[in-house]
Amino acid sequence: MDSAKNILKKNTMVFVLILVTLFFTWMTGGKMLLPQNVNNLIAQNAYVFILAAGMLLCILTGGNIDLSVGSIVCFVGAIGGMLMVKGGWNIFAAILIMIIVGLAIGAWQGFWIAYVRIPPFIVTLAGMFVFRGLSNVVLEGMTIAPMPDNYLNLFNSYIPDVFGGNPAFNLTSMVIGILGCVIYVAVVIRGRLSRARKGYEMEKLSGVIVKCTVICFALLAFTFRLAQYKGIPTVLIWVGAVIAIYAYITSKTTIGRYFYAVGGNEKATKLSGINTNRVYFIAYINMAFLAAVAGMVTIARLNSANPTAGTNYEMDAIGSCFIGGASAYGGIGTIPGVVIGAILMGVINLGMSIMGVDANYQKVVKGLVLLAAVIFDVVSKREGNK
Amino acid sequence: MNNILLEMKNITKTFPGVKALDNVNLKVEKGEIHALVGENGAGKSTLMNVLSGIYPYGSYEGDIIFDGETCKFSHIKNSEDKGIVIIHQELALIPYMSIGENMFLGNERGAKAAIDWNETYGKADGLLRTVGLKESSRTLIKDIGVGKQQLVEIAKALAKNAKLLILDEPTASLNESDSKALLDLLLEFKKKGMTSIIISHKLNEISYVADKITVIRDGSTIETLDKKADDISEVRIIKGMVGRELSDRFPKRENKNIGDIKMEVSNWSVYHPLYTERKVVDNVSMNVRKGEVVGISGLMGAGRTELAMSIFGKSYGTNISGTLKLNGQEVKLNSVKDAIDKKLAYVTEDRKGNGLILSNPIKINTTLANLQGVSNNFIIDKDKEYQVAVEYKEKLKTKCPTVEQNVGNLSGGNQQKVLLSKWMFADPDILILDEPTRGIDVGAKYEIYCIINNLVAEGKSVIMISSELPEVLGMCDRIYIMNEGKIAGELSGEEASQELIMTYILKSGKGE
Repeated sequence: MDSAKNILKKNTMVFVLILVTLFFTWMTGGKMLLPQNVNNLIAQNAYVFILAAGMLLCILTGGNIDLSVGSIVCFVGAIGGMLMVKGGWNIFAAILIMIIVGLAIGAWQGFWIAYVRIPPFIVTLAGMFVFRGLSNVVLEGMTIAPMPDNYLNLFNSYIPDVFGGNPAFNLTSMVIGILGCVIYVAVVIRGRLSRARKGYEMEKLSGVIVKCTVICFALLAFTFRLAQYKGIPTVLIWVGAVIAIYAYITSKTTIGRYFYAVGGNEKATKLSGINTNRVYFIAYINMAFLAAVAGMVTIARLNSANPTAGTNYEMDAIGSCFIGGASAYGGIGTIPGVVIGAILMGVINLGMSIMGVDANYQKVVKGLVLLAAVIFDVVSKREGNK
Repeated sequence: MNNILLEMKNITKTFPGVKALDNVNLKVEKGEIHALVGENGAGKSTLMNVLSGIYPYGSYEGDIIFDGETCKFSHIKNSEDKGIVIIHQELALIPYMSIGENMFLGNERGAKAAIDWNETYGKADGLLRTVGLKESSRTLIKDIGVGKQQLVEIAKALAKNAKLLILDEPTASLNESDSKALLDLLLEFKKKGMTSIIISHKLNEISYVADKITVIRDGSTIETLDKKADDISEVRIIKGMVGRELSDRFPKRENKNIGDIKMEVSNWSVYHPLYTERKVVDNVSMNVRKGEVVGISGLMGAGRTELAMSIFGKSYGTNISGTLKLNGQEVKLNSVKDAIDKKLAYVTEDRKGNGLILSNPIKINTTLANLQGVSNNFIIDKDKEYQVAVEYKEKLKTKCPTVEQNVGNLSGGNQQKVLLSKWMFADPDILILDEPTRGIDVGAKYEIYCIINNLVAEGKSVIMISSELPEVLGMCDRIYIMNEGKIAGELSGEEASQELIMTYILKSGKGE
């Protein structure tokens, strides 16, 4: 059947994710899907989702990566930590400074990349050294802890249960899950109705129903598990917001389209009246902005700022993008794909940790998964072109 | 007695879902120039890929007999060892390597690992003389023009001891005089006993050099014409290619309505972006009226594209001087966006490199130059985008299953139509079409001409840059002739002729 094959091809990574999850659930005797582990999946990988959203934009412009994000995460966290812990600043003022620092770093790197056309690899490699070094300078090589409580509440806590009551089951979390499903289904139905009214081509109804069911089921199961633990982690709100905003930007807006166009054919894009320099600049300033956000999340999660935080974070973000189907040549890739890629990496990490696999072997497996994903992508595309 | 060098018997090659070649037969005699003609997508390139082993033995049906032996090539190297060398349409030279290095790439002179540079350059120089090129073989490829690069490709083929030379569209990017030189070189080789197969869309060239012409249509051999026995005029060849006689290659324009001057350029000069002392466009003045098709004719490298692109929001060159008037008012266009806002469009000659995003669908390409036209406040209305793409697909008769199809999978003619759709959707008043029919087949050309006629009928102005003289003569109301950055002359459509245009070019060249 042709359509079944197509569905499989389009959603390969979703099926891989399901299989991998089942595999680890089986290997760990069900521990994988315990409420606390589901919660950990989010808490431990929040930074990956945030960074991967930004990294996707860089990769879209032509397979360009940003190597400096791990160091920026550390540097921004260091500044925030110093201000809040040593300086006793108000947390919102500190957050504002962290964002400004992120944007300034992005503007610095973006300027060289976009307007002077220094290869991104070089500029961000330099940034990787510079900001790692500066983090050490700012922290004087020490770890700063603990973070203020109200700061932790913002990034490393749980949404309080407004319905009160049962401590074993967080009703708010479940309600949010159900609400999410209802809104999702409503949006899909509205889209279909408007298309039908205007007489446009529509997807097959059966396919849409299956897709809706799967997404709603996943969402409900997920929030159910969270409800059984402590409810929705606050960091999930931040991650969710970043994903939603960037999914919207990349799929629906003109600037989002420009990222794809530049990656597809920069000369043609330029001759279509689009300022391609600005597109590069936005990609890198945005990347550093999201790195700053990830920095906030990271110091909250670690409850400290230390000079080695954020090491190799860029690799996790880049890996998620490529596993999630972004093209190493640019122009192809979606936020939902990247999210799947990030979850897959997270599941593999978590699963192996629970199984007690040696950390070094975990790296080996992660590396092989990344390679396999890209090989698969390249080979399947070659077949498609034949 | 048996004088057949190559025989391809009953070649059938299928791709998933498509029969690209269906029982094709080709016989090439020793020492002849055999032309292969057919519309785009007819299967010429596929046939040559089968012959050269790019599609290995076993992936097709039928036999290849070369020099009396049945061949089973599994790799391009196998066919080259036999002396079958193919020169592809897109030149495969490495810009930052010297001519000599390029010529012996993969075929290095010297001992196993160490390259003998003296032998390399010595042999290369010898071969360059054979093809009539006076450059030193140590010159870098990037420093010589396209015409010379094509000759280097031929020298490279000779370095491989070619017995059969296959040239795929060798003159596609060459101007008339370079083309002529290349064709004469082929005739020269023929005298020395070399056998060649030439694939070309330029029928006048084929009539000039070919001894035999095999016509392929829709994956089958239609006929083989012999210069000695048959009529090989262009009309006759076209009849074979399209299966009917194209009585008129240029559609007639009814009730011309040429209005006021729409755009006027005066004293326009442009310098090269890298070699800033080199003047590429020199004091050019020209204009175009409403509802008029103005041609810019000239040799490759005359500065036509550079003129057009520098007008189009300074997208080429530095130190641009001169005035540009639109509807009588002087304007400054500092970016492509300015130019589009002032209702200018430039449809590039290089549709793959500068025009289209090949990995994206038709609909995304169609709206790229005017995304605002399908969006509200930076948010794209995808339904509207789809609708626009379908509308232009139907208007221009683009052949494609859906507008979701990637542009890279379309034929040249259809890609050109998508490119035109993109610029028509940007709603310009003045369209600069740079080589709008390059590399596309006769039938699609006719359709492009019809589109141009419709545009001017709607009151738009068209500037058509073309290296094909018949096309300029057939389509334009007025023709400027450019040479070496200057306007060498201006002719009205009625008085112009190929001879007159060439005379202008030659005259201005001597004046230097």
